[in-house]
Amino acid sequence: MADFGDLKPGDTLPPLTLPPLTRTTLALYAGASGDHNPIHVDIDFAKRAGYPDVFAHGMLSVAWLGRLLTDWVPQHHLREFGVRFTALTQVGEVITCSGTVTEVFEHGGERQARLAIQTANAAGQVKLVGDAVVGLG
Amino acid sequence: MIDRGFIGLTLPAFEVDVEKGRLRFFAKATGQTDPVYVDEAAARAAGHPGLPVPPSFLFCLEMDAPNPGELRDRLGIDIARVLHGEQRFVFHGLAHAGDRLHFEQRVADIYDRKGGALEFVVRETRVSNQRGEPVADLIATTVVRNG
Repeated sequence: MADFGDLKPGDTLPPLTLPPLTRTTLALYAGASGDHNPIHVDIDFAKRAGYPDVFAHGMLSVAWLGRLLTDWVPQHHLREFGVRFTALTQVGEVITCSGTVTEVFEHGGERQARLAIQTANAAGQVKLVGDAVVGLG
Repeated sequence: MIDRGFIGLTLPAFEVDVEKGRLRFFAKATGQTDPVYVDEAAARAAGHPGLPVPPSFLFCLEMDAPNPGELRDRLGIDIARVLHGEQRFVFHGLAHAGDRLHFEQRVADIYDRKGGALEFVVRETRVSNQRGEPVADLIATTVVRNG
């Protein structure tokens, strides 16, 4: 783990950029996650529901944000992690996960950092916004 | 409108086994490259007793409930009208392959916006392990589109 002695608001996490989203990834995520909602894998079903195509499971993007965080600190340092879903992630999009330190503080005798995290496509459209708290001890 | 009397409703608790193969499948599906999540030797070298459960996978295990739609069914919500609005995890300890996790779900809140056009159901889930140790609290906000 990196030395966080001088960590301060405004510092950024190494971003995580995913390959262009494929239907294969959506099929694998449906199986692995147990979320079998056909809206994510069956284009006929998606069209009947009024969508032009299938779209990504929201929780797939949450898993990518989890990778952003655990690439930065070992998972046992992760105290809290929350997201709000703001836009659909579409097949073919290149998603980048990013994080910025917003606060460094003490809580229960532990030095912690609060982060603003998000996913966005290559055009900068934000898909998920959230926050996380990590222990720096 | 969803009956606000459901606030505080507790659903039957259930238990889910954490399977090693499922964790590796999840790692593949999410593009995980950190060996700690797929290689038991790497996990042990990092101090884990087995492959760790990655942060958001607890939500997937929660969906392994005997009836993942039980709350919707009890509240009379049509699945075609629901969206996942927000999801939060508060962590107390790690879970690993081989653990048997215990899930207790309750309806924490129900509220509406835009004159009832949107209703929000907040579900809180306490997750503990086979030793009774707390693992995490999950807070899911489901948005129901009315009209």
